[in-house]
Amino acid sequence: MREDGLYAALVRRGMSRRSFLQFSTAMAAALALPATYSPRIAAAVTNAPRLPVIWIRAQGCGGNTEALTRASDPTIASLMLETLSIEYHDAFLSATGASADQVRTNAMARYPNGYFAVVEGAIPTGAGGAYCLVGGRPVADVVREVCDGALATLAVGSCAFDGGAAAASGGQTGAGGVRSLVGNGKLMTLPGCPLNGENLVATLVHYITFNELPPADPMGRPLFAYGDLVHNKCERRPFFEFGEFALAWGDEGAQKGWCLYKLGCKGPETMANCPTVRYGEGVSWNVRAGHGCVGCTMPDFWDAMGTAYDRLPPVIPFLPNVTVDQIGVAMVAGIGVVAGAHAVGMGVRFKRRAVLEGRAAAAGAAAAGSAAAGSAAGPAAEPAAPAAEAGEGAAGEGADDFIAAAAAAEAAREAGDDDQLTAGIDPEVR
Amino acid sequence: MARLVIDPVTRAGGHLRIEADVSSGAVAEAWASATMFRDLETVLRGRDARDAWLLAERICGTCTSVHALASVRAVENALGIDIPTNARLIRNVLAATQLVRDHVLGFYLTQGPDWVDAKSALKADPAATSRLAGEASAWPRSGSEYLKGVRDRLAAVIESDQPGMFANGPWGHPAYHLTPEQNLLLLAHLLEALDWQRSFMRIHALLGGKDPHPQTYLVGGMALAPPWGGPNPSVTREHPQVPEHEAPVALSEAGIEMIDGLLTEALAFVEQVFVPDVRLLATAYPEWAALGTGAGDYLAWGDYPQKDGKDPVLFLPRGRVTDGNFNRGLEADPDRVAETVTHAWYTYSGGDEALLRPAEGETVPAWSGLPLPLDTLEGAAKYTWIKAARYDGKPMETGPLARVLVGAANGQSEIRLGLDKLLRETGLGVETLPGVLGRMLARALEAQVLVRQADAWLWELKTNLATGDVAVTDTSFWDPASWPSEAEGRSIGEGPRGAVGHWVRIRDGMIDGYQVVDGSTWNTSPRDAMGGRGPIEAALVGTPVADPTRPLEIQRVVHSFAPCAGCAAHLFDPRAAGPLEIRVRAGERTR
Repeated sequence: MREDGLYAALVRRGMSRRSFLQFSTAMAAALALPATYSPRIAAAVTNAPRLPVIWIRAQGCGGNTEALTRASDPTIASLMLETLSIEYHDAFLSATGASADQVRTNAMARYPNGYFAVVEGAIPTGAGGAYCLVGGRPVADVVREVCDGALATLAVGSCAFDGGAAAASGGQTGAGGVRSLVGNGKLMTLPGCPLNGENLVATLVHYITFNELPPADPMGRPLFAYGDLVHNKCERRPFFEFGEFALAWGDEGAQKGWCLYKLGCKGPETMANCPTVRYGEGVSWNVRAGHGCVGCTMPDFWDAMGTAYDRLPPVIPFLPNVTVDQIGVAMVAGIGVVAGAHAVGMGVRFKRRAVLEGRAAAAGAAAAGSAAAGSAAGPAAEPAAPAAEAGEGAAGEGADDFIAAAAAAEAAREAGDDDQLTAGIDPEVR
Repeated sequence: MARLVIDPVTRAGGHLRIEADVSSGAVAEAWASATMFRDLETVLRGRDARDAWLLAERICGTCTSVHALASVRAVENALGIDIPTNARLIRNVLAATQLVRDHVLGFYLTQGPDWVDAKSALKADPAATSRLAGEASAWPRSGSEYLKGVRDRLAAVIESDQPGMFANGPWGHPAYHLTPEQNLLLLAHLLEALDWQRSFMRIHALLGGKDPHPQTYLVGGMALAPPWGGPNPSVTREHPQVPEHEAPVALSEAGIEMIDGLLTEALAFVEQVFVPDVRLLATAYPEWAALGTGAGDYLAWGDYPQKDGKDPVLFLPRGRVTDGNFNRGLEADPDRVAETVTHAWYTYSGGDEALLRPAEGETVPAWSGLPLPLDTLEGAAKYTWIKAARYDGKPMETGPLARVLVGAANGQSEIRLGLDKLLRETGLGVETLPGVLGRMLARALEAQVLVRQADAWLWELKTNLATGDVAVTDTSFWDPASWPSEAEGRSIGEGPRGAVGHWVRIRDGMIDGYQVVDGSTWNTSPRDAMGGRGPIEAALVGTPVADPTRPLEIQRVVHSFAPCAGCAAHLFDPRAAGPLEIRVRAGERTR
């Protein structure tokens, strides 16, 4: 055990061996790892030095910093004093002005390629960078410099992901995400408005344990947190499958906790672990509390997800030939890459053919998955039937298609067949 | 005369820069500059008015929920919607808990380092610190073993080569004069406050579904629903299994009990930790009562409606206090608010020195092209992204001190009694309230009063639900087809840091114009056309600066306002140049 390590620090703080192991188990669960990993997490964390972090706030609301202060285990006090070494964060630093700048440059010099850069907020490019100045410099310059010397950059929140609110339709400040400023390509994105603080902590613990970032999707979002649809783990999902929907705010269905799909919930289109991790130490999350998901972990969500209270329209603006039921297929079958590519401005042209083929491939994957994974695909594929029975378009517009597609993709995932997942996608896109 | 530049001003919301001319050991002139502009109000245009609060909420993530509430109220005001009693109570509880959390954490985390010397704390004697704690209050976590543990925990960071938040701080500055024991006690309470706020804000996770940025507001009420109390229909088919819930539903008996418990804990923390600590500071730094006095005139829109309907009685009254006359509460009329951009990076079509009312304002960003990186703002006519908000042409301080002065002048009994007690305990007179200490005392008082009142609202809510009044939202105006084709509205209320006003214009169900004048728009405002300083600028003049390389005293004055430069720079004019482009957005109604 290292005397200056994290475990030693936690013991000094009064943490018992028992609660330390509980923490390790909880972390394994948060990262969607089998419980057998928890000793490995414990061992790694025991010997880890405090991980240096340089946190830059760009053009944003500060909500992701707030989210960090709500992390439950380790708590913010412990993150500051024991788990991490938050070398620079302008909301916490005692030093100010030039002394604060000096803290940042000192830390960068002291840990070359050895610190995490955390960036919160968008990067505005308009007016020569004057829409966000830090220490008199365009924030882009500060971010570029900090990310260049980092062992990896974590873009926290939707603004750092793709510009978020300031980049939404109408915004004039030229805001975008941090991706273009991360020269060394080591970027992990944790979108959400704001992100869930628990996911940030879990990402850092994953790094401490395995010495690498957790596996991510093509947009850089860690799969443990953004690998599944909100809809799939939603506690109101059984009502969806049974055609039981809240139809007006506060109605009988709302009081009974029925599905919010028809009140505009974007859970079926949104990749996030809100239903399992929740907020406030597992107390609740927005769908549980009674309001639909708004899709805040998805690219360009202020525009692409539409209004909060209507279902997605049949046509998705940036993919003019794709309908809402197809987007479900696309997302789960991995074609969501396209949305990501669009978001980061790669300007990929998407062809209707690709969607249809993707859909066919997903269906094929379902069959393959059933064979390979046995019962895994079975229960997941079934719910479409009772939903159809329930009549009155129980599953909503195209929702039954969606379930089938979700089941198919799940099966493909279970079968671990990546080729199946991306089959049918234009090679240019893949 | 030496120009002093502080950028970034750490521990402030948004991005704030302060420049000051220092001569003979004191500030002679000061400029407050907000260096971020996000343009969210433009983004709001063309969106479904029922969605506006979601975007407006993102104006500030620190005072999370404040702008969501202001926005949803403005839209309801435009459409003439009255919300149910239960929605009003839930909104009050959410807003009050946010305010209490912001006051407490702001004191320890953002203002604390200006007063508490962290390195000195390491020299503290735990036994003496424990005695000090025992004399201050009955707070149980005051044993010398515990305090020794805190000291060791802090020492392991501060004395290490990874001092984190304590790095390069102004430790040992002559303006610090707490004893090592007092310093240790306050730092112990900082760590406790961090843990406490996390637990306390579970109220927002429960009632808001998410925290920060709670997501249960609706135009017409709240999306929360009490658990079904009627008979269950007979189940004819086999129902898929609904997962077990370990946590209570917000409006269930268990949920309300949980909130009640968290409020009880908060009351204990505020009364036994926060308030005694503010008293301790006030007693140790009496000279700071007279420093940082500011604009001298105070404005509060007031908030926390006690009744339903239009123009209800407000728990925190609306009004103004001016010219040092603390016994005379004057009216506060939002129509007398106007803004000028003489010194801000915007331009007005009829001349930048004009005073335009929010409803007629213009916001055309006009970066003046200063050379970047910015060396100094010296000589720059325009120097901030914040417009100068004025009432009858005069700068106004808003925030906790303004609310307390207006409350006392209007005879608000909780404020009056609490203020008398606090002044007695600290040996200060009411005339010393304008200033740095007065702002801190006002926060202590507000936290105390509002945490109690939040519990009263919670009980009212509980009683309503138990007696069959389960309405949480009014859906009669939910469908935009029921709205007039054009509507204008506004909301004026209070956030933790000051008076918040949202102005909205709706056309065909969509936002046509939106404008925000936030508390920090008032406090952090620049000079106006007449050259009158903004409140923070005015407060800085005369501030002593013992060591220009470590301008701790300037930090004290600035942080006493708890400025949020991010919130402040969000002005958008409903009638800005150019016609509104109607965008066909992904969410156009499909029903």
